[in-house]
Amino acid sequence: MSVAILYALTGAGLFVIGLHALILRAHLLRKILGFNVMGSGVFLVLAALARRTPSGIPDPVPQAMVITGIVVAIAATALALSLMLRVAAVTGRAELGAAGACHEDGDTEQGERP
Amino acid sequence: MEPMTVLNWAIDGLLALLLLWLAARALASPELMESVVLFVGFGLTLAMVWVRLAAPDIALAEAAIGAGLTGALLLAALARLPRGARETDRDEGARGRLGELLLMLLLAGLWGGLALAILSLPLESSGLAEWVAGALDETGVGSPVTAVLLDLRGYDTLLEMVVLLLVLVGVWSLSKVNARPDRQAGTMLDRLTRLYAPVMLIIAGYLLWAGSSAAGGAFQAGAVLGAAGVVLILSGWRLPTALVGWPLRLLLAMGVLLFLVVGAIPLGLGAAWLDHPAAWSGTLILLIEIAASLSIGATLALLFLGAQPEEDQP
Amino acid sequence: MTILDLVSAVLLLVGGGFFLAGTVGLLRFPDVYTRLHALTKADNLGLGLVVAGLCMQAESWAVIGKLVLIWLLVLIASSFACHLVARAALHRRIPPWSR
Repeated sequence: MSVAILYALTGAGLFVIGLHALILRAHLLRKILGFNVMGSGVFLVLAALARRTPSGIPDPVPQAMVITGIVVAIAATALALSLMLRVAAVTGRAELGAAGACHEDGDTEQGERP
Repeated sequence: MEPMTVLNWAIDGLLALLLLWLAARALASPELMESVVLFVGFGLTLAMVWVRLAAPDIALAEAAIGAGLTGALLLAALARLPRGARETDRDEGARGRLGELLLMLLLAGLWGGLALAILSLPLESSGLAEWVAGALDETGVGSPVTAVLLDLRGYDTLLEMVVLLLVLVGVWSLSKVNARPDRQAGTMLDRLTRLYAPVMLIIAGYLLWAGSSAAGGAFQAGAVLGAAGVVLILSGWRLPTALVGWPLRLLLAMGVLLFLVVGAIPLGLGAAWLDHPAAWSGTLILLIEIAASLSIGATLALLFLGAQPEEDQP
Repeated sequence: MTILDLVSAVLLLVGGGFFLAGTVGLLRFPDVYTRLHALTKADNLGLGLVVAGLCMQAESWAVIGKLVLIWLLVLIASSFACHLVARAALHRRIPPWSR
């Protein structure tokens, strides 16, 4: 077993752990964290497999893709957090399908800008 | 690949276990604050793993963006959550033992399938490394990662910057914020800010410059600028309202605009879109990188602000 | 192992010890102010020792310069962060711990 395989398997493990939280946790912040952990798992698989070169100098293409991915991940996280705050402002809970979420469309404005 | 010595094996095994443990704890913790702090720890551990994987560029990006700025975003969002929304009394999904068992089986199967796929790959593969090394001369930069990011796969980077802009538009459309600070900075903080901000600018400039030959580049420099912006926002500094309108928007769009303009130059010379002429490639890439890191820095700092600054005149 | 390696190893180990002490303080101290104290003081000294240890192994003066710069940058950043955290804690009227 080499470093690359060890970390690639760890990455697959992170992906599964994140997916578990994404499915089971109710709070939106935990879902966002779970989704970030899934992303980190994918990055880890990519960059670990880039390490398998015979020369020992890693393949730069997956590495560049991971850097792109990290920036896209923070962008997605920022948007998700904004949406979570909006959900919380409107329903009072940071969950999907919570009891407070069955407001009619008409009164969504009242939660805005307290 | 060299076989792992005992010491290497111990370090890598420990780091891998630590990653899995931190991720599981962060997602299972009943306290949201604890989850976020553990997640930041997870990001920093991951940065160490990138160093172990000989990927210093990713390590820099992960420590600054993945752990630092994401952590700041998460903490800011947590602070803005109404009290009632900080807890949940239930967890959704698999209700009952059977559902839980089924989910566990599915996830275990998923991990097993991924593991099989990984193990079925050849132990050695040079991927595109040799091809990139061969094309490095044409790009005019010495660092293969920077060459891939800004020249060979320029499309990815261009669209990524568009994604950042779109996200900011999304965040801005969700809420607005008064641009005035809520409290005045004291003398101490004022002095520290005056010391800190120029130093951060220098670090960003250095990372940008170093990126053409070693680890670093536009994203890492942008992340440092973004972090500097976050600290300035935290210490109560705000952009003068006169600059909030079009000057700010120009700053935000500058990276994408310059990328597009420079990408269009080869069209006039009969070459393909984004195919920088070899003689000018190094200079053009540096130019794009400067604009990109300023735009990325401003976008990240504004994402931390979390809302559109109002540009009203008093 | 030359004498230089030995001095370097001792510096690194002592630096690591300070980091450990700072972390224990972070986990064990009673309130935010004392924890900040443990973190900033002990970790900055620990990093200084680690940097000194690494300077012994450096190949050129340029590398030593960069290492020392890193230490100075961390000093500035950590004093800034510490001040911000303490200020936020004071604004929320978190009382300093007393026996």
